[in-house]
Amino acid sequence: MNDPSLVNGPSLVNNQAPAIEVRDLTVAYREHPVLWDVDLSVPEGVLLAVVGPNGAGKTTLIKAILGLVGSAAGDVLIHGGPYARQRHLVAYVPQRGSVDWDFPTSVLDVVTMGLYGRLGWFRRPGRAERRLALEALEKVGMADFADRQISQLSGGQQQRVFLARAIVQDAKVYFMDEPFQGVDATTERTIVGLLQDLRARNRTVVVVHHDLQTVREYFDQVLLLNVRRVASGPVGEVFTEENLRRTYGGRVAFIEGLLRSPAS
Amino acid sequence: MDLLHQLLTDYTLRTVAAGAAVLGLTSGALGTFAVLRRQSLLGDAISHAALPGIALAFLLTGSKAPLVLVLGAAFTGWLGTMLIMSITGATRVKYDSALGLMLSVFFGLGLVLLTIIQKRPDANQAGLESFLFGQAAALLVGDVQVMSVIAVVALVVLALVWKECKLLAFDRDFGESLGFGMKKVDILLTTLLVVSIVIGLQTVGVVLMSALIITPAAAARQWTDRLGTMVVIAALFGALAGVTGAVISGSTSRLPTGPVIVLCTGAIVAASLLFAPRRGIVWQRLRELRAGRRLRMDAVLLDLYALSTHHDRHDHPHDRRVLDMMAHPSGAARRSLRFLEDRGYVVRNTPRSWSLTDTGTARAENLLRSGWTAEG
Repeated sequence: MNDPSLVNGPSLVNNQAPAIEVRDLTVAYREHPVLWDVDLSVPEGVLLAVVGPNGAGKTTLIKAILGLVGSAAGDVLIHGGPYARQRHLVAYVPQRGSVDWDFPTSVLDVVTMGLYGRLGWFRRPGRAERRLALEALEKVGMADFADRQISQLSGGQQQRVFLARAIVQDAKVYFMDEPFQGVDATTERTIVGLLQDLRARNRTVVVVHHDLQTVREYFDQVLLLNVRRVASGPVGEVFTEENLRRTYGGRVAFIEGLLRSPAS
Repeated sequence: MDLLHQLLTDYTLRTVAAGAAVLGLTSGALGTFAVLRRQSLLGDAISHAALPGIALAFLLTGSKAPLVLVLGAAFTGWLGTMLIMSITGATRVKYDSALGLMLSVFFGLGLVLLTIIQKRPDANQAGLESFLFGQAAALLVGDVQVMSVIAVVALVVLALVWKECKLLAFDRDFGESLGFGMKKVDILLTTLLVVSIVIGLQTVGVVLMSALIITPAAAARQWTDRLGTMVVIAALFGALAGVTGAVISGSTSRLPTGPVIVLCTGAIVAASLLFAPRRGIVWQRLRELRAGRRLRMDAVLLDLYALSTHHDRHDHPHDRRVLDMMAHPSGAARRSLRFLEDRGYVVRNTPRSWSLTDTGTARAENLLRSGWTAEG
């Protein structure tokens, strides 16, 4: 029992340990490896982009870290402790398309779901939870939509509701799956503002990202993934033409164009 | 009216109605979750899978007590559901195929067992086949009491794990990430669904019980955008259909109850699809008509405005026949002019000549500024 996280019991934030530590994570669907022996270490207070071609295992990486898909091998430590025990430090923003937006529920109700974990089994959300959810909606500029049926929202508004649901969790570590996918300019600015706010409060955020153009501008670190970890680290060191070529294989034309015009 | 009188005075009819109300209430409430989770057909598989359980319970105990038969039904219904879950989890068989597989195999087994029971010499066997299409008239007060207790327990459990069930139905992965074992919630909710189905089998029958799971919920969705309200409305619709159907079948000679109840749910769904505000077809159509009328009205207003710009004064009168020639469908200009007159945008000078008012001119200029084009 030399592991300090076990000695000190649950809900411990170990300040020496990285916010996220992934070792040898391997996931296979019916013999096909989807993730192969991935190591990753993310320091606290860092915005990390996960980048890679379709089918590279970006979503699977997040789901495997969160235990939503079974992994064949690997360990996940959150702030020094095993994920199963540090779950309350983690918030998850699934892909917007993963739920039925015609579900009979209101915007405020969806955001309140972020507080269910804190409430635990059986207890119902009350006035305090309602207030917290409204505050989170305000932060994403959606307070006026609190009582709307969720099917009346645009794609960007749906995304902001999902983000509000994660913000209300007040987690230390955030995992976001494609939050920038198909959103309008207002939403994109809101998300960027939120990410910067989270970083200022020393939160750690992992974002699956598909827009290579904005990686330099929005993120501190990047993980280049294609089933295996191609490279990871500070954007300035790792986000190179050579690494992108190794990640995306033959499709290099657009990469050259991308690197010739460095983001401001 | 005669039925209502009978309902209040006739003891059997009152029992039947109470039983049907209880089963409609429960299956409507729990069916809501099945429908929202796109598991509408799971109800069908469960009710068919319950048939061998009824037969087995009778073969093992020799008793036709409802509690015994319901327990047997619940056991095989639940077993079938768990098999469906594990087949889809462990093999490449898709969910709908697994459903069909379990439904037909269990139902087949049930029919074989029923035949075996019927061929036995003792006289006690009669009546089990009424579980196929349901026979409300056979309900006794004791049966209704058993059903009610089971139903209350199921609904209380649902209320206790309400928010967990909502998570499961809306965003399972997110619920899992919060630390709620969603597999557990899934099994619990499915078990409640099994319970709500088996208590209805005696009245509605295995063949059509799934209609009471699907239709009240599908109808309720038309009327509300909130989960809680939807569950309540579905429960009330289920109860309404149950009572109406059971009373009709109980008071006429030997109509099987299941089909009659299902026809009642069908009527409720049809009315909801047509007349529910916002989602109903009739209102949608009316909204479209109103929007179309408004578009045509504005087109005529703009034409009149265009004509008036040929003259010094905006209220220069024009003959309706000029407007007719400006590519409006026959009669449309006249109808639109009347709407415009009602709203004070135009005035009639002589029977056929019309001119813009000041507010009409202002509206036309507003429309033009906001980029309105008459082609729409």
